[in-house]
Amino acid sequence: MRLRKKTRERLFIASFLAGPLAVYLIFVIWPYVETFGYSLTEWSGVAPPSKVVGLKNYVDLFHDSIFLKALTHNMIILIVFPTVTIILAMFFAFMLNVGGRKGGIGGVRGIRGSAFFRIVFFFPQVLSVAIIVILFQAAYESNSVGLFNAVVIKLGLTDANHPWEFLNSPTFVLWCIMFILVWQWVGFYLVLFSAAMQQIPRDYYEAALLDGAGRTQTYFKVTMPLLWDSVQTAWVYLAVAAMDAFALVATLTPGSSFGGGPDEHGEVLATYLMRNFQVLGKAGYACAMGVVIFFITLILSLVVMRATRRERLEY
Amino acid sequence: MSEHGLPADVSRRQMLVRSAAIAAMVGPGSALAAGCAAGSGSSKSSSNSSTAANSSDPKNPFGVKASSPLDVYIFKGGYGDDYAKAFESLYTKSFPGAAVSHHSGQNLTGDLQPRFNAGSPPDVIDDSGAQQLKLDVLNSSGQLTNLDQLLNAPSIDDPSKKVRDTLLAGTIETGQLGQSMFSLNYAFTVFGLWYSASTFKKNNWQIPTTWADFMTLCATIKASGMAPFAHQGKYPYYMMVPLMDLVAKNGGPDVQTAIDNLEPNAWKADAVVNSVNAIYELVDKGYMLPGTEGLTHIQSQTLWNQGKAAVIPCGSWLENEQMAATPAGFDMAVFAMPSLDGDKMAQTAIRAGAGEPFIVPSKAKNQAGGLEFLRIMCSKAGGASFAQNANSLSVVKDSITPDIEAKLKPGTKSSNDLYQAANGQIISWYYLNWYSQMEKDLEDAMGQLMANKIKPADFISRAQTAADKCAADSSVQKFKRPTSTS
Repeated sequence: MRLRKKTRERLFIASFLAGPLAVYLIFVIWPYVETFGYSLTEWSGVAPPSKVVGLKNYVDLFHDSIFLKALTHNMIILIVFPTVTIILAMFFAFMLNVGGRKGGIGGVRGIRGSAFFRIVFFFPQVLSVAIIVILFQAAYESNSVGLFNAVVIKLGLTDANHPWEFLNSPTFVLWCIMFILVWQWVGFYLVLFSAAMQQIPRDYYEAALLDGAGRTQTYFKVTMPLLWDSVQTAWVYLAVAAMDAFALVATLTPGSSFGGGPDEHGEVLATYLMRNFQVLGKAGYACAMGVVIFFITLILSLVVMRATRRERLEY
Repeated sequence: MSEHGLPADVSRRQMLVRSAAIAAMVGPGSALAAGCAAGSGSSKSSSNSSTAANSSDPKNPFGVKASSPLDVYIFKGGYGDDYAKAFESLYTKSFPGAAVSHHSGQNLTGDLQPRFNAGSPPDVIDDSGAQQLKLDVLNSSGQLTNLDQLLNAPSIDDPSKKVRDTLLAGTIETGQLGQSMFSLNYAFTVFGLWYSASTFKKNNWQIPTTWADFMTLCATIKASGMAPFAHQGKYPYYMMVPLMDLVAKNGGPDVQTAIDNLEPNAWKADAVVNSVNAIYELVDKGYMLPGTEGLTHIQSQTLWNQGKAAVIPCGSWLENEQMAATPAGFDMAVFAMPSLDGDKMAQTAIRAGAGEPFIVPSKAKNQAGGLEFLRIMCSKAGGASFAQNANSLSVVKDSITPDIEAKLKPGTKSSNDLYQAANGQIISWYYLNWYSQMEKDLEDAMGQLMANKIKPADFISRAQTAADKCAADSSVQKFKRPTSTS
């Protein structure tokens, strides 16, 4: 019996999709389902769960002051880090691509030395997190040997016997971490936005220039609106990164197991989760935390997609 | 960095409770656990029954097959893993045909959890460090070999003696879960304040025995341009040790019992107040290396090696950890915490204990080989080899003979002297291993005290809150401090 052409086509497509779909189901969806299952149990993490406790872990979570503190910190990172990163990346991308005065194709080009800057800005992206950690451990070092301390001491803001604490300061620890995040990610989004900007037809800029638009006007009236798609993508990815921040906090902030200090001022959800999972023997509780983080991230992505949806311009 | 265990005693009652809980879980929870990565309930079948066939040969009591390969996994922490290679060569001397595979790392949970679940664990594991697999949990899943057979086996050096008689006091208890020993805690760690003997000698600084002397000395050191005291501020765990040493000495067994048993107002005792005040004096008088409160253990210890600070608190793994950074002629040495007025223990009393738990998995392919490996470790040659390669004392009695002592690195020699001088007055704290959350809370407060963000009174009230919280938390299993220990 010969199958109908349509059916054969579908089978053909399905045969290609089956592999990736299976991988996705096994390695992405199934762990989520399992995590949800574990979150309903009392589980030490190194042996099978000891009993099912229903939603108790979730109820406990919202009475846990450290969890709420960590959540607040993630929310601060979530607001500050993507905003600053996107604004800086956009600004730099604009300067590198269309910010120059005169010359270039149709009078539109980047500022002088833009090729050089593009490489410099992208540099942090090619460094592994481990190297970034070592770099900033030295930069933030809390004695006069540290790079930043050497600078503030040279500037006369303090003296060698009273170095600034940076990562050990309850007030600044979170900002120090956010600084690294921004430093790390601006280059990547600069390149992303640059690519998007190069898609924008030059005639738009020419037209704007002819109409007498300045750099600022061109930026807000032409570039920005045409970049919404990329900004939307950037928001989602940055929001996910903001909900994580695990590697930096775990390695750079004070505290024995996965940092989070001083005094929980640097705590984020991911480090608190890991501490519960691996050190405090509360893996079930940690799973509940994982589920909560998953939903927060999911909701955030949906909100961002919704809020930034615009009419798309074909060019 | 090692996290040296003080006795992690798990009562027989706890074992019963745990096994009951697992039995209960097999009912409603089994659907959940089935097919999950953490392993199914079926993995807990034969625990201690699968013992190797005992032979009566004192040279080979566990009946090791000379041709069986041996798979060793070593936690590569402050002691490195060279010492284990030395054990392995001792092993191949006895069993020349055996291929020994050596693995080492720090991520024990990541490396070994899948192997335990797959039923193919290594034959010997040094289960130590921050990522260690929890022993009580491994045991309740039937993954550990009962090491009583090791203790009852004849010693290599003198077959008329049992291995149990060749170990320092406290070693067996430290490794016991219930009535049997399941881990051999091998490294003998001594804690104290470390200094450069050559620097002290050059400046004619005397080792202080009282806190007042220590403060005078600090003033002298500071006047000389060196910072008197450094600590591993990023990890306040380190600074908790000198504090709790002072508390133990000043308060004696009563205060220790009250704190370990989470009694109300235990942290309000005079001994605690005196001790916290003493530690804070170092901060308040500006005796700290500037910025030390934010440094990692390696950063601060290296600055100490460079002569930026005179004294640093640590355990005896310090010498090995700092090997590369220690200048020639540094002459590392250690002294016991100075005494406060009205101390109830001798000034020479020190914190010390057995650490680095070695285990033989019950499902190990060469279980007999694993046991034999441990028996070799418990020989004098093993202890001597550990002292030389890991620069640390081991729990093997009399393994430091005069000729070995002559070859010891200065820090190890000094910690041996300190242990001998303590004359059995050993400080141990149990809450550390029993109540991880409370320890974490204490460390947070300690970090703030050392950064001069809170005052001693705040520290004490936070410590009491942490203890009360722990006492009130029904999900935390409670223990009682044994009355026999000091």
